[in-house]
Amino acid sequence: MIRIIAILVGLGFTGVVMLAFVTGAWTAATEGMGEETAEHVFHEEAKGPEGGFSFDGPLGNWDYAQLQRGYQVYREVCAACHSLKYVAFRDLAQIGYTEGQVKALAAEWVVPGIDPDTGETTTRPGLPTDYFPSPYENNIAAAAANNNAIPPDLSLMTKARHGGTDYVYSLLTGYEPLPAELREEFPEFETPEGLHFNPYFANLNLAMAPPLTADGQVTYAEGNPDPTIRQMAADVSAFLYWTAEPKLEQRRQTGLWFLVFMLFATILAWFSKKQIWSAVKPKRED
Amino acid sequence: MSFPWAKQYAPTNPFMRWMDEKLPLPRLVYNAVGAGYPVPRNLSYMWNFGVLAGFFLVLQIVTGVVLAMHYASDATVAFGKVEHIMRDVNWGWLMRYAHANGASFFFIVVYLHIFRGFYYSSYKAPREMIWLLGVVIFLLMMATAFMGYVLPWGQMSFWGAKVITGLFGAIPLIGEPLQVWLLGGYAPDDAALNRFFSLHFLLPFVIAGVVILHIWALHIPGSSNPTGVEVKSESDTVPFHPYYTAKDGFGLGVVLIFFTIMTFFAPNMLGHPDNYIEANPLSTPALIVPEWYFYPFYAILRAFTFDFILPAKLWGVLAMFASILVWFFLPWLDKSPVRSGHYRPLFRKFFWFGLIPCMAALFYLGGAHAEEPYIMLSQIATAYYFLHFLVILPIVSSIERPDPLPYSITEAVLGSDRKAVLGENAEPAV
Amino acid sequence: MTDTTGTATPEMLADGEDGVRRRDFLNIAAVSATGIGGVAVVYPLISQMAPSADVLAESSTEVDVSAIQPGQAIKAIFRKQPLFVRRLTQREIDEANAVDAGSLRDPQTLAERTKEGHRDMLVTMGVCTHLGCVPLGAAEGEPRGEFGGYFCPCHGSQFDTAARIRKGPAPTNLEVPEYEFNPDGTVITVG
Repeated sequence: MIRIIAILVGLGFTGVVMLAFVTGAWTAATEGMGEETAEHVFHEEAKGPEGGFSFDGPLGNWDYAQLQRGYQVYREVCAACHSLKYVAFRDLAQIGYTEGQVKALAAEWVVPGIDPDTGETTTRPGLPTDYFPSPYENNIAAAAANNNAIPPDLSLMTKARHGGTDYVYSLLTGYEPLPAELREEFPEFETPEGLHFNPYFANLNLAMAPPLTADGQVTYAEGNPDPTIRQMAADVSAFLYWTAEPKLEQRRQTGLWFLVFMLFATILAWFSKKQIWSAVKPKRED
Repeated sequence: MSFPWAKQYAPTNPFMRWMDEKLPLPRLVYNAVGAGYPVPRNLSYMWNFGVLAGFFLVLQIVTGVVLAMHYASDATVAFGKVEHIMRDVNWGWLMRYAHANGASFFFIVVYLHIFRGFYYSSYKAPREMIWLLGVVIFLLMMATAFMGYVLPWGQMSFWGAKVITGLFGAIPLIGEPLQVWLLGGYAPDDAALNRFFSLHFLLPFVIAGVVILHIWALHIPGSSNPTGVEVKSESDTVPFHPYYTAKDGFGLGVVLIFFTIMTFFAPNMLGHPDNYIEANPLSTPALIVPEWYFYPFYAILRAFTFDFILPAKLWGVLAMFASILVWFFLPWLDKSPVRSGHYRPLFRKFFWFGLIPCMAALFYLGGAHAEEPYIMLSQIATAYYFLHFLVILPIVSSIERPDPLPYSITEAVLGSDRKAVLGENAEPAV
Repeated sequence: MTDTTGTATPEMLADGEDGVRRRDFLNIAAVSATGIGGVAVVYPLISQMAPSADVLAESSTEVDVSAIQPGQAIKAIFRKQPLFVRRLTQREIDEANAVDAGSLRDPQTLAERTKEGHRDMLVTMGVCTHLGCVPLGAAEGEPRGEFGGYFCPCHGSQFDTAARIRKGPAPTNLEVPEYEFNPDGTVITVG
């Protein structure tokens, strides 16, 4: 009895889903599989800088000089619009700055404070314990200042997008005029006033104006590579990977120790198991 | 119950003897996973996954309790609290990544455990109760994992909570009030986050309780085995300790190597980037998908796109719940007298060439964009899923002619029961 | 598995000292490795409860002490605990110095509890050494106890003008934290 009911229920579900299949297939056959869109055809996969990043691969690690250059790019370019709210100035000690340098770097920033005498909101120089301040009072101010597009917080940007650091690098270096082929294939596609064409952005039209516009926009200290647009983009992408995953180094080091130990313990366990079973596992004799 | 030849717990140490009189906990362990539990001698590595699932349950509870010490279930701070754990708490990143990947590994080993059960018909009499409790554990795990994924309060957390509670909105009449009741509001917010946190903390202990029942029920008939022939004599079994403690120990090592690689070197591979964006009720991610372990059921949910008497949405919800609930009926749907797939030629074909590709497809399609041809493919896979369990299994089990079974487990291992040498060298090598 | 698993015959296991030793060694090694792994995992589980990086980063506090008048005290916060900064009057200094330090429960002189050149500036934690209540006496109008310093209302500990325990259950004087004056003596950095 139960099996008859089961067969009926099974056929019921199968029938309904096959009905859906048939109608779907009919639509696909008569109307095609949906139209190609410019977002589909002209969207490009993120590519990292030539030679990749120092932290690529399972054992890669930070290049402190690059992270410090990236910090400089963030401070002088990105910070005008983008916050970094989960990172504190004290964290900069992790990318090779001394305690004194961290204090000095923090003091270059202006953070919100409270006047100790009147209790009014005011500003003061940053302390190492402060977090990076937001350039805007709140989201409404951010939207109002940016043509209604709120600049996202960058703390986790390289973990919050497919492609991570490569995506950030591609986006920063990927601005270009609307390609002629696209204009031909999709005459309706347009980049509205105030947006900017970028094939690495999901819908190809990005609210952010190209932030890195000229080689030498940021002046690097002696002994660093030339601040070309590509170099600056790579440096700030690396810096933003550090802000998103500050424990990378500790994680990989601990992981390596743990992996070696696990391999050793597992091999021991294998021999121990073999040893224990040897008494009851005579050769099969047939 | 146990086999008459099971070793008896006989402590020699006076303290252990005193303990045994007052609280026979060591005796319980000895009889459950010690030398006092005779186990078929022919278990393959597919029988490791029960112990492994137990390990990951403990890992999840330990790391989860630690994470709860640093987390706050308030929608304004939850996302930041997770970042606080990742950045400032000592070893917090390890706890969180171990917990997130631990959930994935828990599901991996449990899926293997379940599919072992499908192939070897571990659900059959006299083990129906073990199976039923196992399905209950799986349902509890799904609820726990879903609520846990909401806690970081990222975009996927928020929209996952909204979409999954939206499923209840498909129920006629009471649907919408039910959804509002579940969330404690019109959209996920503090109320939902707080109750999900509370339940996410509670349910693992409920799971642990049902796991104890599951193991208790297991010890009544004893473990199944790859031949499906029941234990007949002492030469068919070996004591759990040291034989299977050693074998499970090795299996645990192998799984932990993979777990180490994932947790330390690719911790976000099974996650979704959108969950590193704080929840935003005004913007939906381009692709809303649950965690990978829900993909098959999510694919079934989305496969129903046609209103037939009932609205398509309701069909999807019904089918999704039915796809797991059918597992409860397996012991009575599969009537074959033979358990093991090794000796069931027709059943085996449907398993390897039907169910396994179907599940693989559903796993893939559940994570794909809801567009053609993925929708049509998931409709075919869904159709086969229901056919397999509800139609093929009952019919195959009644028409199939099984291969001849070995007389006993010993014969299956040694080629001949008469050459049973276990009696001579039965002493374990420890 | 290869069929070498079948090569250990009962004779081999029974005879041969080497066989026995090797097998014991293997199992002991495997069990010890599990133990070592287990202990290694306990370390992060314990250390996660220690103060996190953001808490440690706030472990120094700067306090402007220039505006405190003799006889006045202020409360500041150091490591989420109250900090008392008090400018002593000459009378209070004399009172404190008049006591024979050796007769006290926790013998210390005022000079040992203040900084060279700033003998009138008494910086202590506002945490009673008995069970951690906040003593009274720092704010205007609060009772200062029999000895004119601080008075803990929880269990009646009395502290003198050098914040030394004089009466009541507290075992030691109010703690003087590590601190430094800036060069012009207007700001102290605690911690």
